[in-house]
Amino acid sequence: MLLVVAVFVFLLLRLTPGDPAAIMAGDAATGEQIESIRAGLGLDRPIPVQFGIWLGKVLSGDLGESFYFRIKVATLIGQRLEPTFALAALTILIAVVVSIPLGVVAAWRFGGWFDRALMGFSVMGFSIPVFVLAYLLIWVVSLQLGWFPVQGYRRLADGFLPFLHHLILPAITLSVIYIALIARVTRASVLEALGEDYIRTARAKGLTEIRVLVRHALANAAVPIATVIGIGVAILIGGVVVTESVYAIPGLGRLTVDAVLARDFPTIQGVILFFSFIYVLVNLLIDLSYVFLDPRIRY
Amino acid sequence: MVFANWSVRIGGTALLVLVLLAITAPWLGTVDPTLFDAASRDLRPGASGEIMTLEGHVLKHTFLMGSDSFGRDIYSRVLYGTRVSLLVGIASALLALAFGVVLGLAAGYIRWLDGPLMRVMDGIMAIPAILIAIAVVALWRASLPTVIVAIAIPEIPRVTRLVRALALSIREEPYVEAAVALGTPTGKIMFGHILPNTIAPLLVQGTYVCAFSILLEAILSFLGVGLPPDIPTWGNIMAEGRVQFVAYPHNVFFPGVFLAVTVLAVNILGDGLRDTLDPKMAKRV
Repeated sequence: MLLVVAVFVFLLLRLTPGDPAAIMAGDAATGEQIESIRAGLGLDRPIPVQFGIWLGKVLSGDLGESFYFRIKVATLIGQRLEPTFALAALTILIAVVVSIPLGVVAAWRFGGWFDRALMGFSVMGFSIPVFVLAYLLIWVVSLQLGWFPVQGYRRLADGFLPFLHHLILPAITLSVIYIALIARVTRASVLEALGEDYIRTARAKGLTEIRVLVRHALANAAVPIATVIGIGVAILIGGVVVTESVYAIPGLGRLTVDAVLARDFPTIQGVILFFSFIYVLVNLLIDLSYVFLDPRIRY
Repeated sequence: MVFANWSVRIGGTALLVLVLLAITAPWLGTVDPTLFDAASRDLRPGASGEIMTLEGHVLKHTFLMGSDSFGRDIYSRVLYGTRVSLLVGIASALLALAFGVVLGLAAGYIRWLDGPLMRVMDGIMAIPAILIAIAVVALWRASLPTVIVAIAIPEIPRVTRLVRALALSIREEPYVEAAVALGTPTGKIMFGHILPNTIAPLLVQGTYVCAFSILLEAILSFLGVGLPPDIPTWGNIMAEGRVQFVAYPHNVFFPGVFLAVTVLAVNILGDGLRDTLDPKMAKRV
């Protein structure tokens, strides 16, 4: 699967009408200078040869050198990793902590006002674009209430509290669509579990309602919930690109946009490959976690 | 039937209003959305000002949604932006559906194609949609057709998977077996017998794809990699307005509200269609 991604990414970005060598050389460059830059970048070789060389390097962890930033793409990604990773981790944390209880309660009171409100919120969450929500929150929370900074990022090394203070609003912004997604699936799968015979048995033997919901219904609904958390990582990555732009966070998402605007192909390739790798890896880990979530599953 | 469903009524009506707004934009008190006037820069919503036409006439104009830092009328830009958003959304959805239907039928009915085709689709699905769209736009330079294609490409695998799953179950139906026994050509079985039975779920999926396409177009424009800035789209208006967001939030809010309402309307319509046309799917989600 990653090979398909690699071929796709490579072809997509190499079959391009824009000539990066000409862009790098600038307007005043002569044809000879452009040629030498092109040879230096290996752009004069046949496409399949370029792909072979590139794939070999990628497999050994070398993503090439950025046309624009003039440093190794792998180093560049390393530099930008912390903000993105922190944002994604905090978002997932908020989303899971908020959405699963909401979903369980909605399923428990199926058809009630809470359930209907949550489903309404969920459709809204899918519909409101991340950047519109971001500006709405900046307007209300940062500008009117003054609780959080409007933009910017503090490194973890600068202290945990400023770090969290700058990160919390972007994370809340990004978590809304994720909450909508997870809450919806949690509700559906808990609802299904609640219809099973073992729930009646559990209630019949006098377990408390909370224990029935958590130990019996939620535990049996864990696999689809884990799956949707994994699928949601794709939405999360897309959201990171937008959120980092709005909140001026110097992460991988911001890097992606900068690289596209500068037509910096090695960086675009590197970032897309990296994001896809993370997505596949997360989903693999989630597949493996089924063993713990559902003892019936064996690999 | 379908129109008895409240979600269909609400979503459909809202969408119809938006379509009407898009079509009748020139007659709704708008000016040319690309006209600018230095004297009318950064007006608050509702303020009156003047705007000069290309012929040199100076028009008295009320800036219902204010103006941007070039003195362009946000109200006109937002209304004309409706055209772009709806056009891109519908065109991308149709394109993704067309490719998805052909590929999905092929994978679902022609057995040897299934494996290789679906592996490629899995590979594309492993790349987040926004990244594919950004990469395609970077590749071809942004214009209306390239943005439509760029948005449609990441949607194709989703439609393909749906059609393939449907084709796999429909191909076992007795009427397909009968057609095979009669010696009906493969193409006719795929498009004449299997395709018509996938229409209802496809319609539902199509509305979701449309909503997502509208969203994606706005995101691309907003990031500055979408349609060129001279085309008024909601994303472009917001991208230009964001610099002055603290002082003049109206540049971001009005297109933002239109965008959110449009996507919401399409999604509600989709939910309604799903509940009425495809009760099996409604139970699953």
